[in-house]
Amino acid sequence: MAVIDRNTTFWGYRRENGRAGVRNHVIILPLDDLSNAAAEAVAAAIKGTMAIPHPYGRLQFGPDLDLHFQTLIGTGSNPNVAAVVVIGIEDGWTKRVVDGIAATGKPVVGFGIELHGDHDTIMRASKAAKEFVQHATSLHRVECPIADLWVSTKCGESDTTSGCGANPTVGNAFDKLHPLGTTLVFGETTELTGGEDIVAARCANDAVRERFMFMFNRYQEVLNRWRTTDLSESQPTKGNIAGGLTTIEEKALGNIQKIGKKCTVDGVLDKAEVPTHPGLWFMDSSSAAAEMVTLCAASGFAVHFFPTGQGNVIGNPILPVIKLCANPRTVRTMSEHIDLDCSGLLQRELTLDQTGDRLLECMLATANGRWTSAEALGHREFVLTRIHESA
Amino acid sequence: MRARQSPEEAQMIHVVLHDAKDTVAVAVVEGIKAGTTLNAWIMDDDKTITVNASQDIPIGHKVALKDMAVGDTVYKYGVDIGKVVAPIKTGEHAHVHNIKTKRW
Repeated sequence: MAVIDRNTTFWGYRRENGRAGVRNHVIILPLDDLSNAAAEAVAAAIKGTMAIPHPYGRLQFGPDLDLHFQTLIGTGSNPNVAAVVVIGIEDGWTKRVVDGIAATGKPVVGFGIELHGDHDTIMRASKAAKEFVQHATSLHRVECPIADLWVSTKCGESDTTSGCGANPTVGNAFDKLHPLGTTLVFGETTELTGGEDIVAARCANDAVRERFMFMFNRYQEVLNRWRTTDLSESQPTKGNIAGGLTTIEEKALGNIQKIGKKCTVDGVLDKAEVPTHPGLWFMDSSSAAAEMVTLCAASGFAVHFFPTGQGNVIGNPILPVIKLCANPRTVRTMSEHIDLDCSGLLQRELTLDQTGDRLLECMLATANGRWTSAEALGHREFVLTRIHESA
Repeated sequence: MRARQSPEEAQMIHVVLHDAKDTVAVAVVEGIKAGTTLNAWIMDDDKTITVNASQDIPIGHKVALKDMAVGDTVYKYGVDIGKVVAPIKTGEHAHVHNIKTKRW
């Protein structure tokens, strides 16, 4: 019997804009690096809130600034977030983030530090945060159809077992989720190098294919602009090489296993762009784990599949990250980080169909409220992607 | 460390490959020593072949399934993953010291 079908439901939080979330966070979101201290003070004062500090937000301009706003607004708009307090050094850009999040209809308010100082800002923001926590804790989970679940994937600290076991397990799960009207995403543009034709062939139509190749070639130009010799030790990474991966092509072919054997690529997103219809999307993105997962959260995804080989420990503040691994040594030495052990696949003790089903069971348990290993261990990596220099 | 060539080990999968065309296979158990006869599982065909390891192969690393000369293409997933840059004999460790991408 299939683990999921069209009648499968999960218990989620129905947000004002209709989206379904699987967590109920109240976040204190700094606009810029200067506001981290106040945001962290508010989170320390008001129980049940979480600050999301980061190092950027000053003197950015052009496409780089646009992406900064889009990532912060997307993070606040994510359905795993119930309410948001934004704190910025001044009112103008703070309001821009508040207005962007307010479009979802969820409670959001902003505070500027100038003319107030940290003390007064922390006091005003704490009063708002306390009200938001009491609002959020009055909300109840409701039954939501599986089609309302948005699932992202990105792998990390990959080794050769990723391509044989953990990544095909995600692919099997995606092949089962795709026909149910779910919204899915993968990315890691440079990590498709050598396998880009395979992804292009999977695109649903010529328009999607052209957009995918545009994104792929755009990133190749970035590589060619900046690289000094070759990308050895970055693609693949030192960790990948220690794990046995030799070339970027080998890594890419393993990476592509995550989109399964049947799913079509139905659309292409720029960084942090929000999907407009169900299906499997490709998002142009860095292959660095925290950058990519942060972009997935900003695009509105609610649960993340993270296959690893050598043992990446990443989490995200608002997006539950489910780790799966097929390397028996990693499962043995880093078990507290691994939510699903698929190493049995490589001894023929389990079939891909079985590990795919186990991942879907883990996904449903996570969606219904069970914490992932990364959540329990407090991994909250939040890394903003930068496109170019500040002014 | 498992005792070498116990009855249990004679059945176990030591290395896997994806496609029968592949010229390398991946170690999926720890501690493969030179001289071990390796059971190699061809995942796409669900068949098993054997190869003798002539060097130690760390878990996750690759063993060569055929003799390869400089310039030869290396196949994994049935696809070109790079070129040979130093001669490789069947059973030897195949990695960055003898294989490189054709791209960079």
